[in-house]
Amino acid sequence: MDLKQLYQDIILEHGKSPRNFGKCDKYTHKARGHNPLCGDKIEVYLKLDKEKKVEDLSFEGNGCAISIASTSIMTETVKGKSLKITKEIIIDFLNMVKNLQEIKSKELDEDQKIKIMSLSGVKQYPMRVKCATLAWHTLTSALDGKKDEVNTEAAE
Amino acid sequence: MDINTIKSEFPIFSKKINGKSLVYLDSSNSSQKPISVLNSLDNFYKNEFSNIGRSIHSLAVNATNKFEETRISVKKFINANSKEEIIFTKNATESINLVATTFGQQNINKGDEILITELEHHSNYVPWHYLRETKGAVIKFAPINDDGDIIIEKLKELITSKTKIIAVTHLSNVTGTIVPIKEIVEIARKKNIPVLVDGCQSAPHIKIDVKDLDCDFYAISCHKVYGPTGVGILYAKKKWLEKLPPYIGGGGMISEVKKNKITYAPLPEKYEAGTMPTAEVVAFNESIKFIESIGMENIINHEKKLTNYALENLKNINSVNIIGNPKNKAGVISFVIKGIHPHDISTIVDEEGVAIRAGHHCCQILHDRLNLPATARASIGMYNTKEDIDVLCEAIKNCRKVFELK
Repeated sequence: MDLKQLYQDIILEHGKSPRNFGKCDKYTHKARGHNPLCGDKIEVYLKLDKEKKVEDLSFEGNGCAISIASTSIMTETVKGKSLKITKEIIIDFLNMVKNLQEIKSKELDEDQKIKIMSLSGVKQYPMRVKCATLAWHTLTSALDGKKDEVNTEAAE
Repeated sequence: MDINTIKSEFPIFSKKINGKSLVYLDSSNSSQKPISVLNSLDNFYKNEFSNIGRSIHSLAVNATNKFEETRISVKKFINANSKEEIIFTKNATESINLVATTFGQQNINKGDEILITELEHHSNYVPWHYLRETKGAVIKFAPINDDGDIIIEKLKELITSKTKIIAVTHLSNVTGTIVPIKEIVEIARKKNIPVLVDGCQSAPHIKIDVKDLDCDFYAISCHKVYGPTGVGILYAKKKWLEKLPPYIGGGGMISEVKKNKITYAPLPEKYEAGTMPTAEVVAFNESIKFIESIGMENIINHEKKLTNYALENLKNINSVNIIGNPKNKAGVISFVIKGIHPHDISTIVDEEGVAIRAGHHCCQILHDRLNLPATARASIGMYNTKEDIDVLCEAIKNCRKVFELK
C-alpha cells in the first residue's frame, strides 16, 4: 500500500478547496447522506432544468479528505450532464472504486476521467471505500427524490 | 514492573502490521489478550469442555466449578459483598440493557426522569431512550465544562422528586475524565436515588471497589479487561437483583416450570438464561490473575506516567489539539489536527503500524457538545511503552507531510 496512491495531489487539492461548496440557487432536488460509522454528513443540492439536465450541483457538509474530494469531483464532473448520463457516470464510478474498472462513459473528457480515477486508491483501503461513495449514493437519492437519508451502512 | 516482560506475554505484539511492529493504542476500544487467557480458552475446549450446571458427569462438574471460580474472582476484583451479586452477561452494553429494562419495567412511569451525563457512551444512553419511547420517561443530561468534567452543581440541580435513577460513566472513553462516582453516589443517596455506573473504561485502568463507591449497579466488558469477547459483568446490590424481574427467559434461569406457573432460579442464575459463554468466562479468570500478578497499583502508575509522557509530547506538536483537560485523567487521549480529518489521520498512522481510533467513539452527544464531528483517539493499555508514544508522535508528524501542510 502506498499513501500517495490514496492521497493523490488531485484529492488533496479538492479536499482543501472543494468546488461547488454551499447551497446552489433555486435547487430542485436535495438529499442528505450520512456515514454513521465515522459521522461524515453531506447534503447535495441539485438543480435540474426543463430538459432534465443538471444545471447546477453543489454540496455542504464535513468529512475526511477522501469524502470531500470525491464530492467535489462529482459536482464538477456531473454539472451540465443530462439525467441519463449522470446516472451512467454514477454507476461507472461505483464500479470503478469497487472493482477498479475503467471509466466507460464516452461523455467524459480525459481530464474528467483522470480526476475520477484519482479516487481509485481507496480500493486498497476497504474501510475508506464508503468515504468515496457517500456523495455518489446521495446524488442518486437526490435524483430519485427519496426522502430518507442515505446511510452508507444500508447503501452497499 | 518490567514493561517488556509484560508485553512479551501478549502474542499479538510479535506480529507485523504493514511491515511494522504493532503500536496498539486502541485499548479503550478493546484490549489485547495475554497468552494465559488464550491458553485457557484452548485448554478448556480441548480438555475440559462441557456445558455447566446441567449434567452430573465429571466434565460438567469441573466446568461448573471453573465457571464459578471466575465469579468468585470477579467478586474479589471489584470487592462485592457476595458472588450472588455478580451476573455474567454478553458485555457491558447488555448489563446496562438488563438494568434499564428490568428497572424500567418496575420503576419507571410516564414523566419519570432518568439522569445521565453528556459524557455517556451510546450504550449508557440508548437503553434509557427505550424507556423514553415505551414509558414516556424523560432523559436529562448533566452538562460538562470545556475541560470535560461533569459540573456537579448542575447535576445536583437536575435532580428532582421525579428522578428515578442516575446512570453515569466512571471514565470517559473520549476525554479520559475519571468521574467522581463517590461524590455523585453521596448526592444520590440523600435523595434515595439508585446509581448505575458504566465501568467499561475504568475496570482495566483503576481500582474498582463497589463497596466503597456504594453504587447500585456497575457494568463491565471483559474484552476491555484483557479478557475474551462475549463476556460482560453486571454487579448489582443483592436487594435489586432480588427485587427486579428477570431479563432473558429460558433454560437455567428457572426453578419450576408448570403449564400455569413458572418460578425463577435463585441468584445469580435468575439472570443467566441459556448456555453462557462458558470457555470465555473461565478464561476471564486468567485475565484477573494476570492483572493481579502485576498489581493494579503498578498498572495505574505505569499508565499515569505514560499518559503524561504522551500528553507532553503530543502538545509539543504544534498542529495537535488535545480534547478536554479533566482534573483527573486516564490514558485516553482524543485529539484533532487542523486541516486533517481524523479518518485521514488514522489511515496515515496505520501505515506505521499505529492503531488508533477515529470517529465519534459512540459518543455523538459529547461530540455535539464539543462541536466536533469526529476526533482521533489514542488510548493506552498496560502493555504500551514510551517507544509506542514516540512512534505515534512521528506518525502524526507524517500526517502533515502527506497532506503537504506547512
